[in-house]
Order: sequence, then C-alpha cells, then structure tokens
Amino acid sequence: MEAFADLIDGLTYTRSRNGKLQLLAQYLRDTPDPDRGWALAALTDGLDFPAVKSSIIRKMLMERVDPVLFTLSRDYVGDTAETASLLWPRPPHPPSPPTVSEAVDILAAMTRASVLRDLPMLLDRLDANGRYALLKLATGAMRIGISARLAKTAFAQAFDVPVDEVEEYWHGQAPPYAPLFAWAADGAPAPSGEGLPLFRPFMLAHPLDETIVDMADYAAEWKWDGIRVQIVHAVGPAGGETRVYSRSGDDISATFPEVAAALTIPCVLDGELLVRGSQQGGEKGGAASFNALQQRLGRKTVSRKMAQDYPAFVRLYDALIIGTEDVRGLPWEQRRLRLEQFMAQLDPARFDISEVVDAASLDELAALRERARDEEIEGVMLKRRDSPYIAGRRTGLWYKWKRDPLLIDCVLMYAQRGSGKRSSFYSDFTFGCWDGDPDQGADLLPVGKAYFGFTDEELKWLDRYVRSHTTNRFGPVRETDRSLVLEVAFDSVHESKRHKSGLAMRFPRISRIRTDKPAYEADRIDALRAFIGGT
Amino acid sequence: MVSDFAWVKPDPSGIYIAPADCWIDPSKAVRCALVTHGHADHARGGHDITMATPETLAIMALRYGTEEGAIPAAYGETIKLDGGVSATWVPAGHVLGSAQILLEHAGERVVVTGDYKRRFDPTCAPFEPVACDILITEATFGLPLFQHPPVEDEVARLLSVRANNPDRCVLVGAYALGKAQRVIAELRRAGWSETIYLHGAMEKMCRLYAELGVDLGPLALMAEVPKADLAGQIIVSPPSALNDRWARRLPDPITAMASGWMRVRQRARQRNVELPLVISDHADWDELTQTITEVNPAETWITHGREEALLRWCELTQRKARALAMIGYEDEDD
Repeated sequence: MEAFADLIDGLTYTRSRNGKLQLLAQYLRDTPDPDRGWALAALTDGLDFPAVKSSIIRKMLMERVDPVLFTLSRDYVGDTAETASLLWPRPPHPPSPPTVSEAVDILAAMTRASVLRDLPMLLDRLDANGRYALLKLATGAMRIGISARLAKTAFAQAFDVPVDEVEEYWHGQAPPYAPLFAWAADGAPAPSGEGLPLFRPFMLAHPLDETIVDMADYAAEWKWDGIRVQIVHAVGPAGGETRVYSRSGDDISATFPEVAAALTIPCVLDGELLVRGSQQGGEKGGAASFNALQQRLGRKTVSRKMAQDYPAFVRLYDALIIGTEDVRGLPWEQRRLRLEQFMAQLDPARFDISEVVDAASLDELAALRERARDEEIEGVMLKRRDSPYIAGRRTGLWYKWKRDPLLIDCVLMYAQRGSGKRSSFYSDFTFGCWDGDPDQGADLLPVGKAYFGFTDEELKWLDRYVRSHTTNRFGPVRETDRSLVLEVAFDSVHESKRHKSGLAMRFPRISRIRTDKPAYEADRIDALRAFIGGT
Repeated sequence: MVSDFAWVKPDPSGIYIAPADCWIDPSKAVRCALVTHGHADHARGGHDITMATPETLAIMALRYGTEEGAIPAAYGETIKLDGGVSATWVPAGHVLGSAQILLEHAGERVVVTGDYKRRFDPTCAPFEPVACDILITEATFGLPLFQHPPVEDEVARLLSVRANNPDRCVLVGAYALGKAQRVIAELRRAGWSETIYLHGAMEKMCRLYAELGVDLGPLALMAEVPKADLAGQIIVSPPSALNDRWARRLPDPITAMASGWMRVRQRARQRNVELPLVISDHADWDELTQTITEVNPAETWITHGREEALLRWCELTQRKARALAMIGYEDEDD
C-alpha cells in the first residue's frame, strides 16, 4: 500500500503528462501481480465497493470528531476522503500496513453491517497518505488527473505494446487483469474477446474552429443532440447478448432495454441515442430535445410508461464490425455503404441512419448550419471520406462544427466554493435575470448556474470579487451584492419546473465578465424565454 | 468582572485602544501604531508614531524607509501610553522581532498574540505564554486538520529529493520575511553547508537577518551564477516567483513550497508545487488550542483565519469567545 500511496502522491504533484506516464509505467513494471492490477483498476474507475461510500466515511468521522469541526474541515478541503485522512486519529502502536490486494480483499468483504467496524481497522494501519490512497481506492473518486486513456498509455509504455491493442483487450478483462499483464509483460497470447459483447474505443472529432476543409474530401452529417453510444451484439457459447455502451465505455443496456432487445445480429455500431419526437430537425428529424432524453438517463430500471412516453432509438453514424467482419480499416465511404445495406436487417422502430447533408462548400454548409438552429440542431459533423475508423481523436479526420452559442447578460447572485482543484475558490456561480423593469422595483430570479467558461486569471478575479462583495453567507454559499454582470453563453433553453424562473439552460458557461455594464442593464427573464426553441 | 473591556475596541481596520488613542497593527495610517511584527499585512508605513521591537522597526525601515516617530520596545520592556494604559512586548516566535503585545489598564490584562507559533525556530525568540483576562489570538490554521509535522522531517525530504535528482535543482518558494530565513537556518541545522542561492527579492532581508545576528551560512544571488552550476543546488525564492518566467533560467527545477497550506493536496496543486513542504510560522490547531488552554483567559477573541472552527472548539470546551471579523490579515503564502 505504501508504494501505491507514493504513486498517488507522485501523480498528484507531477505536472507534466510525460512525468505522470513515467511514474505510472514504472509502478506497473516494478509492482508484482496482483497489486499492480488492482492499482490500475483503482486509477481507471474499475473498482466498486458498494459498502464503502462517501456517506459512510462521513459517518465514521462524525463518530470520532466533532461534527461541526468535521464539516468546517470538509468545506475547507473540498474532499471528504482527504479530510478524513487528515483528521483520522492515529493509534499509538499501529499494526503493519496492508498490501493493495489485501486491502482490496478486506474492502470487498465489507457489508453495510460490517463497514463501520472493518474500515476503521484498515485505516488504523496506515499513515495520512496511505489513508488517503485507501479511501480514494475504496470510493473510486481519484480526481488526480489520470484519465483512463492516460492509464492505458502508461500501460502500453511500461511494456512496449501498442496502446490501441491495450484499449481493445482491456474491456474484456476484469481486475486485476492477470491475462492482460501476462500478454504485455510476459508475451503470453492476447486475451480473446471472441463471442463477448465488448466495447471498442470510439472515434472522436476535433472542433473545426478556424480550420478550412475542402468539401470534396469530406462528408457532412447533422450533429444530433443525444448521447453517443456504441451498440454491440455478440454470440457466445451461452447465446447472443447485446450491450449498449456510453462514450466512456459504461454499460447502459439496462437503461435502454428496448434498444438492446432490438438488435439480434452480430455487429458493432456507432450512433446517437435519442428519444422520438419532433423538436430536433422538425417532423422529418424525428428526434425530441435532449431534455426528453434526460428523463431516461441514469435510471437502473425503466417502467413501461417511461419507455412508452419517451421511446428511445439509435440514429446510426458508423459501423465497426458487421457480422464477423471488422470494417474499421475501410474508408468511411465504404463503411457507410456497408451500413446502409445493413440497415435493411435492423428494426426501423429502433434504428435509423444519420442522413448525409449535401453541401458543395463550407459556406453552403455554414448557411445550412445557421438555418438548423431554428430546428434545434446542435451543429454539423465533417468526416473525411477516405478515413478509417480510428480510436481516439486524430487531427484532420473528423470535425464537429457546433452552431454559435446563445448569449445573455445576467447578474451574479450567489457563489459557492468549488471542489477538487478549485476547493478554495468561489467558482460555482448562480446568476439571475430581472423579472421586470429594474427601475420599477423588479427582482432578480436565478436562471442558472455555471462553473466553467472563465480563464484561471478570471477565476482569481471572480473569487476576489465575491469575497469583497459578500452580503450574506449560507454555509459554503455566499450571496453577493448583485452588482456584477456576467455574459452567459448557452446552447439552448427549455421550460423547467425545477427553477423558480421556469427556465433551464443547457450548457451555461461564463463567456465574459461585463464590468462595463451596470446590473440594471442586465437582461430580463422575457429575453431568455424568447430563446426557447432555439431562436 | 468590573468592566466589559470597553477600552479595547476591535475595528475592521485594527484593534483600537481608546484611552491611549493607539492602534494595534492598523491597516490604515494612524496617529500611533503598536506593531506586532514586520509582515506587510500587520506593519504598514505612514503612522506618526510606530512602536515595535527594534528588529521589527529595522524590518519596517528596510521595507518602507526609516519612519519618523519610531519608538523601539525591547522584549519585556513596558511602555506607558496615554490614558493609563501600558504596553509590553513579549516574544511570539513567529519571525525575527515578532511580539505579542500585553496591554494593561485599570487592573485588566489583554494580550494580542499577533501571529505566533510554539515550535522551535532558530531565527527568533520562542513564544512565551502570558497570563491575561482576554486573549486576542490569530487562527490562520484554525482547523483540526492542520497539524504541522516536525520541521526536521520536511527538511530531510527536501534534502533527499535534491540528492536523488543530481541534474536538477530544488526551487523552494518561501515568504521573503521569516520563512525563507527559517528554511535556510533549518537546512544548516540539518548539515547542508553548501552555498544557498537566492532570488533577488530575498537578498536584503537575509542580509538584515545576518546583521541582526542570525547566522544563515554562505548565500549568493542566483542571477550571478551560470545555469549549469545550479544543478544539484537549492534556490530560495518568493512564492510568487515559483511559476514565473524567472524560473526558466534554472536547470529543470523541482518546485517546492514551504507553507502550512501544503498540508492540503489541492492547495499544493493550485500552486503547481511538486514538492510540498509543510513548514509554517503559524500555530497549528494543537498549538492554538493548547495556548488557549494554557493561558486560560476569561475570554478569547479571534482576529483572523478560520475563526469558525476555533469558536466551535471554545464552545465545546465551555470557553467564552468571539470572532472579530478583521479584514486584510489573510496569509495566503505562509
């Protein structure tokens, strides 16, 4: 556990990506199985200990430290696990620390009934850094700047194997990944994924920004506003199985059972999960707004009514595997043809194909994109016609070209300290618009909350502003004197019962700090309401 | 109690002693200022009369130029102020010259700690607890999670990182007054006898410390040394210069920072620190609570810092306490 704690510390404080890769690669080389496998799983969110939750850690601490002092400490640190690791009273003669695999075994054996007895015993064996590492491993919220992709790159670097192969084999494996290490470190045969409905890494797009492309080389499609999914059907010895995976590779089949059930032919397809409706692209577009899809997200089970009211389907973009043939090496044009032919075998209620948008030039496409705003379409995608399907984000192959954001001037009302890296900064901002004429005594109503969009310098400025314009405090929240105008950018706005203003913004972010504008000149709720429907 | 200590008035810009028309550590220019120590948030220029220890006055003179009306008060010396108030300067152990100020009036005793610590510090006189009716204390590190580790452990880590990276240098960010000199003195105590290199902003204060009798060993300005010669060396700079363009002239520096805030990971990350050293010139939680217990005042007033938690502790231990909500004393770099 000490080596793992040192690794966590090193990764926390090392700035450069290369430095992080080196640290991690060295740990993976030097540490024996199964410790390194468990560590890798911890870093990539591959571990889950249902009995150990943040709330349990809080409860455990409240039994040992005054609850008010704990809460104040937690508020300052911005992280429950770290607060607990710092406040934990160390016994005078601590027993020897556990290995990672011993700790994992003990954590896995914990139940709701035993956790309050067994977790303290484990913490007593560790110093502050060890406790931090253990609690992070147990609760799965590392937040140390290690993406799953970076961990896989480090794995590839440690054993000098191609990272795309690591991605591919990884998903069929469970921690502590013994076959994966045997393959990479000892030259054993690669783990086979045959007959398993495995996730394959997505191909991703760069923002187009100022790039100019020749439309002769690219095909355009609408950028639908749902969630990107991969749907996989495989037939193994136990029969056929279908899985729906999210962008991050999470299995969300249980949330969309009607979609999973509709696919019965072996294949791996890439598309956008949407709900039937007519907001996006009108009647012809056939898709409801993201808001409708949101009703279905995050549910472990789906009622029949839910499935009826919000019927889900997948709008297909691409094919990775058709039947038993891996088509990822083919150019996009040929994959597209194969996909179009394959559509005939799919249930049209659950699958359709994302139509190609004809545009001879970027200017023509820009005009189409602008018109699409009226139909609540997020933007367009550009795909190089001769490009294979390549994992990750490769320059020059796929671009996303979102429509320009909508803008509104709001007044800063409340600020709350952020968590993690921003734990000491007031970085979560709630802002409002006037419910009438401010000169006639109108009031500000909160319309949204944003915690990004600003630069580090602007954040420092905002933090100082909040501290010196506080009129009231409610725990971690400060109310300001409502003097600062913020230009807020957002993608769209919808009716919502959750907010007093009756409106909810999608993707609000702070676009500019308007010190030049007095608060009474900020926009009114009616101005925001007028944006409903995308105009 | 005969009075409610109405002669001591906390104000957002300092503590006002009404009968004497004097202020302690005022944040604005006043007729008469009693200063606890030389940090900029406590010691400002422009007063008609400034009373402080000779070391603090020397530090203020270095920073603001010599002021008219400077009245030195040695440790233990009592100065009679107007209105039947007397003031005595007592060591606070924070930085060179730092003092608590004991105020006496009509048989009542009030101690203003200023910033203080209870740990050994080779660069200044150690804190002395003073019996009093009201203890006006700081609470910079007033949360139970702040437990400063032994300074020897932190310095040993610094030296071992240096030894393990012979091609790099260690750049230590440390407050230019107090922390920098303490880190240097602790490095000497740990046996590091090589020249220690300084950022230009550090030089004058280190020289003043040496003049005032604090031995810091061989020091040199980093600017005068070729880049290649700095590999394997220790360089001390103000925290603000750590991520500055200035640091690009160093051979692949390992960025360290000596501060009590380094106990919290995200604080270290915010400053891009690779080697956090938990070295503070303030009292940690145990020192704060131990001091209140030891002095056992009738009331504890808290000037600045994380006062909510210390108030809560006072409540839990049945002590009378209040927060003064002073502004401008935040010590982000300590």
